[in-house]
Amino acid sequence: MSKYLLDKFLYTVDRDPALVERYRSDPAGTVAWWEQDMANTLLNCVAAEKSTWLAFTDEERRALIGHDHVALFGLGAHPFLTLTLFIAMFERDHGPLEYQLAYGRAMSHITMPYPDIAT
Amino acid sequence: MATVAAVIASTHHPFYYRASTSAGPERPPFADEWVAKIEAFRQTLTRAEPDVLVMVGSDHFHQLWLDNMPQFLVGKAPFFDANWYNEEREFGLPRMRLAGQEDLAGYLLREGLDSGFDLAFSNELRIDHSVTCPIITLRPQADLPIVPVYTNIFAPPLPRPGRFVELGRALRRMVEAWPSDQRVAIIGTGHLSLELGGPRQFGPHGPDPEFDRKAVEWIANGDIDGCLAEVTLDSLHTPGNATHGFMDFMLMMGAAGDGAKADYTDSLDLFHTMEAYFTWYPNGATS
Repeated sequence: MSKYLLDKFLYTVDRDPALVERYRSDPAGTVAWWEQDMANTLLNCVAAEKSTWLAFTDEERRALIGHDHVALFGLGAHPFLTLTLFIAMFERDHGPLEYQLAYGRAMSHITMPYPDIAT
Repeated sequence: MATVAAVIASTHHPFYYRASTSAGPERPPFADEWVAKIEAFRQTLTRAEPDVLVMVGSDHFHQLWLDNMPQFLVGKAPFFDANWYNEEREFGLPRMRLAGQEDLAGYLLREGLDSGFDLAFSNELRIDHSVTCPIITLRPQADLPIVPVYTNIFAPPLPRPGRFVELGRALRRMVEAWPSDQRVAIIGTGHLSLELGGPRQFGPHGPDPEFDRKAVEWIANGDIDGCLAEVTLDSLHTPGNATHGFMDFMLMMGAAGDGAKADYTDSLDLFHTMEAYFTWYPNGATS
């Protein structure tokens, strides 16, 4: 489990307009590139000061590549990060609030307590 | 010593700006009522004639991140740029720049550290909608210097509710002891019941109207004991997965004082979440 890394992916993609488009149109390529080049980047440091140990599990990689917000929720990704990024990618294909409501409906089988989001 | 001109607690609804500035078919049916309520609420700050605003809010994973996450942070800088690309994108919020009040920020940091709050600080803070929404609703001319105070209601482990109340009490004490003749309004924003990214999001009301009813009562009556008796980090999951933002309201109850009934209370039942607005005048209103 690497909830922190899932959150780091969602966070770094969501704040970069070019990455939002890239992840929307090429999820597999974006996730592979990101894990290779970005996962171990320390966000407030020069590029040479990398971490050495961060990697996705197969399940996490699959959820990201599948744009599967329900699976991400189940894995404990921060729901605010997932929602914000997915609205940015997919709201445009739907009418007002349609995407947000469908997003919630897809999770209607989930009961309390929700998965722990502590990292 | 400084005067606490007003204590104000509010929800921060990022859609207000777009709803209130839209026209024609884009304008939601509830916009006129919402604008009327906000304009009445704005008067409660105007009447207090503040010189400086202490703004309590919570960064939504904009500048504060999991590699270095403070629990409570004071912004000490001459200026604060505001709002982020993803807030422009999703909410249509404008870019803003607010002046900072560094003397008060420095005072709160020193006094906070000396009285048991190990406050983090930032000398270059880009603030987000938790602070700019109340500027847009309460002081749209954005002409007063601010001291932002960020709390962590977002990235567990979180401080417990009682700690938020304590920080509110401490802020009130510290502002009242600030050697200055300035009139300070302490403004903080949070949420009632709220679900984000879960199955109960974007419903016709907030996810837990019963919680909202009780919460408004606790706040309006200054019922800190009643609130603390029911609200825990665990209990806040039940009304909605983003309801920990209610702890910023609890902080403001601490700032308003035990048993302090709000001088002004209003609310608006919207889809997704209930809006709520409260103002206290610890020293009476000026006009």
